[in-house]
Amino acid sequence: MTGDAGAGAQAPPAPHVDDQPESQRPAELSVDAAELTIVPQRHIGRWIAAAVLLVIAALMVNSVVSNERFQWDVVNTYLRDVSIGRGLWLTVWLTAVCMMVGAALGVLLAVMRLSGNPVIRTAAFGYVAFFRGTPVLVQLLLWFNLAALYPVITFGLPGVNLDANAIITPLAAAILGLGLNEAAYMSEIVRAGILSVDHGQQEAAGALGLTRGQTMRRVVLPQAMRVIIPPTGNETIGMLKTTSLVSVIAVPDLLYAAQTIYSRTFQPIPLLVVASIWYLVVTSVLSVGQFYLERRFSRGNRTLAPTPLMRLRAAVSTHAALSGRKSS
Amino acid sequence: MTATDQVKNQEQPASPGESPMVWAEGVHKSYGRNEVLKGIELTVGRGEVVCLIGPSGSGKSTFLRCINHLERVDGGRLWVDGEVVGYTQRGDKLHELSDREICRRRTHIGMVFQNFNLFPHMTVLDNLIEAPRRALGQKKGEATQRALALLEQVGLQDKTHAYPRHLSGGQQQRVAIARALCMEPKLMLFDEPTSALDPELVGDVLAVMRDLAATGMTMAVVTHEMSFARDVADRVVFFDDGQVVEEGPAARVITDPQHRRTQAFLRAVR
Ligand SMILES: Nc1ncnc2c1ncn2[C@@H]1O[C@H](COP(=O)(O)OP(=O)(O)OP(=O)(O)O)[C@@H](O)[C@H]1O
Ligand SMILES: [Mg+2]
Repeated sequence: MTGDAGAGAQAPPAPHVDDQPESQRPAELSVDAAELTIVPQRHIGRWIAAAVLLVIAALMVNSVVSNERFQWDVVNTYLRDVSIGRGLWLTVWLTAVCMMVGAALGVLLAVMRLSGNPVIRTAAFGYVAFFRGTPVLVQLLLWFNLAALYPVITFGLPGVNLDANAIITPLAAAILGLGLNEAAYMSEIVRAGILSVDHGQQEAAGALGLTRGQTMRRVVLPQAMRVIIPPTGNETIGMLKTTSLVSVIAVPDLLYAAQTIYSRTFQPIPLLVVASIWYLVVTSVLSVGQFYLERRFSRGNRTLAPTPLMRLRAAVSTHAALSGRKSS
Repeated sequence: MTATDQVKNQEQPASPGESPMVWAEGVHKSYGRNEVLKGIELTVGRGEVVCLIGPSGSGKSTFLRCINHLERVDGGRLWVDGEVVGYTQRGDKLHELSDREICRRRTHIGMVFQNFNLFPHMTVLDNLIEAPRRALGQKKGEATQRALALLEQVGLQDKTHAYPRHLSGGQQQRVAIARALCMEPKLMLFDEPTSALDPELVGDVLAVMRDLAATGMTMAVVTHEMSFARDVADRVVFFDDGQVVEEGPAARVITDPQHRRTQAFLRAVR
């Protein structure tokens, strides 16, 4: 039928590794380019700056390591302590659960914000205004003390008669406080993501007969992910650290475990260092996860950022090509 | 005009099989205070190719979008395939359709947009089989088989697993046409399908549309390609300021326009 317009297009010429700007190459030079030696540009300023930074870093490490008062032997002991491990696990678990609650509710709120019905829109708006407008620590304490407000929870339904003190355990208060608060932030992120997707996408999906739910799930949200994931990664890392607030309502998280130990041993600094190290380790792992997730969701949309492994391979192969050229 | 007004003075088409594919009588549409369609009278017969031409802002796109209910009609009567768009008739009452039912009716109408609107996160094949699977409930194998046949028909079988952004505009638009055809529509709507393309890519897309017209597909095409309209369309309808100003056989309207405004428009686009 019709010819393929793209198939006949010429491939671009293979790039020369030693391609230099035209201006640097004498016009009358008749030597084959392969025989020229490459003199890379020297970044003197950068070298000096790097050296200064290295010296400063060395001094700082030295001061930390040689300072007896850090009590590195104590740090070393408690880094693998069982109760610290349990606290770490609870911190990670709580982060995951609160982020899932926040994301699920956030998507719901974002879709509500974009609804055609003004009552639904306003309800979502009010939710976001309230939960973003009050400090999360206050919200945590309010949930924790819910029994003072509502000793018996009925949900307004006959036959439902629950003892608030029994239901709102410290952990439940933590999940409610952090999760519901997170939903307000996530809804803004998801809404921005949905709005970033061209409206033509929804029209095309609608014209094909997809329902609004299918359009959202299959067409809009996957594309919105590109915009949603980076700030969600930040939110997750933020949440990991925010969970340390739950130590005030006696949830045995990482910080609470450290506090429990140092209230016994009177060694707050090394135990806070232990907690910091673990927080750092987990945030680092999360950052790596975020990188690969972002890569996964930018499929078909732009050129993918190379993974560290790909960068290494590219560096090695460029090197090989260069040296191979010289030796031939 | 309300839905019940529509019922009172309607002359129902005799039966779906004999009625025109699209039948508009006095279709009105406003955005706020801006009246965009001011009583459109138009029919598209079964197997007919009708080109809609007219100046920018005259309401061509809006009318096309009313046909598959992407926009609501505010007044007048609009039938597609013997059914009132957006409603179902029971006795002498018109009931507004549920969202699900609207979607079901849209599966019978293919639409091709000026800027393609392919799903950028899906490969070409996934673009094609998405709606047949989700909206028609086809099995993956069945949908894939049809998709591959259609890709061959539009000359893009070697792009099956490419992502849209790696295709030229002309290729993307041919994929978009194949995607619409995957639903086996009984009516195809084209809204300036070649306006966003580089001149050298227009021909490929028009060729696909020509072939489609030759298979007897009912088509309503908004276009500025006068040679296509003259060669392929059975009839040409000239829109101006929300109204149909002139219509008739393609060759007559384009080579010998009667209305002053049609003459002025055709002079300008040549
Ligand atoms: N969603 C909308 N909201 C408000 N006004 C709109 C909307 N869509 C279209 N219009 C207005 O309706 C009028 C007709 O628009 P329409 O797109 O139907 O024209 P057209 O004939 O397709 O023009 P073009 O050749 O530029 O595509 C224009 O004045 C436009 O501004
Ligand atoms: Mg238009």
